[in-house]
Amino acid sequence: MIIKIIALILALAILLMAIIAVYNKKLVVAIVAAGVVSLFASVLYLLLSAPDVAMTEAAIGSGLSTVIFFYVLNKIRKNRKDHA
Amino acid sequence: MLKKIFTAAVLGVFALILVNTYGFMGPDQQLNEVATRYAEKGPEEVGAANLVTAVIVTYRGLDTLGEVTILFLTASIIGFFLKTKKEDIQTPVNIRKTSEILETASKIITPMIFLLGVYVFINGHLTPGGGFQGGAIVASGLVLMLLANPLKTVNHKIITVVESLSGFFFVVLGVMGLLLAGGFLDNTFIAPGRFGTLFSAGAIPVIYIFIGLKVGSELSGIVSNMQETQKEEI
Repeated sequence: MIIKIIALILALAILLMAIIAVYNKKLVVAIVAAGVVSLFASVLYLLLSAPDVAMTEAAIGSGLSTVIFFYVLNKIRKNRKDHA
Repeated sequence: MLKKIFTAAVLGVFALILVNTYGFMGPDQQLNEVATRYAEKGPEEVGAANLVTAVIVTYRGLDTLGEVTILFLTASIIGFFLKTKKEDIQTPVNIRKTSEILETASKIITPMIFLLGVYVFINGHLTPGGGFQGGAIVASGLVLMLLANPLKTVNHKIITVVESLSGFFFVVLGVMGLLLAGGFLDNTFIAPGRFGTLFSAGAIPVIYIFIGLKVGSELSGIVSNMQETQKEEI
C-alpha cells in the first residue's frame, strides 16, 4: 500500500517536472528538469521491481544525457556570441 | 484557429484509441507461454541466477548484438560529425576553473565508480544489471573525471581499440557457441559450473565482460567527443 502511494507521488512529480521541462523559458532549468524526470523514473522502476532498467535509466537518462545536453547548450551559446 | 482545431482533433483521436485499450490492458495474472518456458527451463538450460540476463544474453542474444551494433553506429556517427581539428585542441583556452571540492572529490570517487561499473558487468549473471548498465556506469565515471578536469583529453586510440576488440570477441564467442554447442551465442560450450557462483552460467560472464567494455567505451567516446567541442574557438 505504502509503495503504491510513493509510486503515485513519484508519478505526479515526474509529470510536474516534464511540464517544467517543456514550458520553462530558461534552457538550463529545462535540462535539469528533464534530468530529474529520468531520476524519478529510475526510482519508480526500482519500486516496480525492475532494477535492471532502473540502473540504465539512472546512468544514461539522468547522468550522461543531461551532461551531453549541457555540452550542446554551451556550444550553441558560444556560436551565438560569435555571430552576434 | 484552424491549427488549434486540428491539434484538438488529433489529440481526440489519440484519446479514443487509448480509451479503447484501457479496458483490456490489465496486468497479467500468470506468465504467458514464452515467459513460463524461460522461467522453468532457464536455470537448468543456461545456469544464470539472474533470469533477465539469461534472456538477454542467451535466448535473445541476437537482439543484444543488434543493440550493440546500433550503439556502435551512433557513436561512430557522432565521432564523424564532431571531428575537431588538431590545432584547435592545442590552442590554450580559458575554461572556467572547476571548484576545489569537485576536483578533490573526483580523485577519490572516480576509481570507485569505475570499480562499481566493472562489478556490475562481471556479476551480471548473478545480480541485477549487466553489460549495458556496467558500461553506462563506467562512462558516467568518465563524465565526472572530465567535469573535474575540463582540459583533460581522452585518448581516442585506446577507446577505439578496446571497443573494436570487444565487439570482435563478442561475435567470436557467439560463433563458438554455434560450432561447439547448440547455436549462435549458446553459452554452454564452457562448463556451466555451480549455480549461483561467480564462475557459473558458462560463457555469459565472458560475453557480458565484452559487452560491458564495448558499451563503456562507446559511451565514453560519445562523451569525450562532446567534451572536445567545448575546447575549440573560445
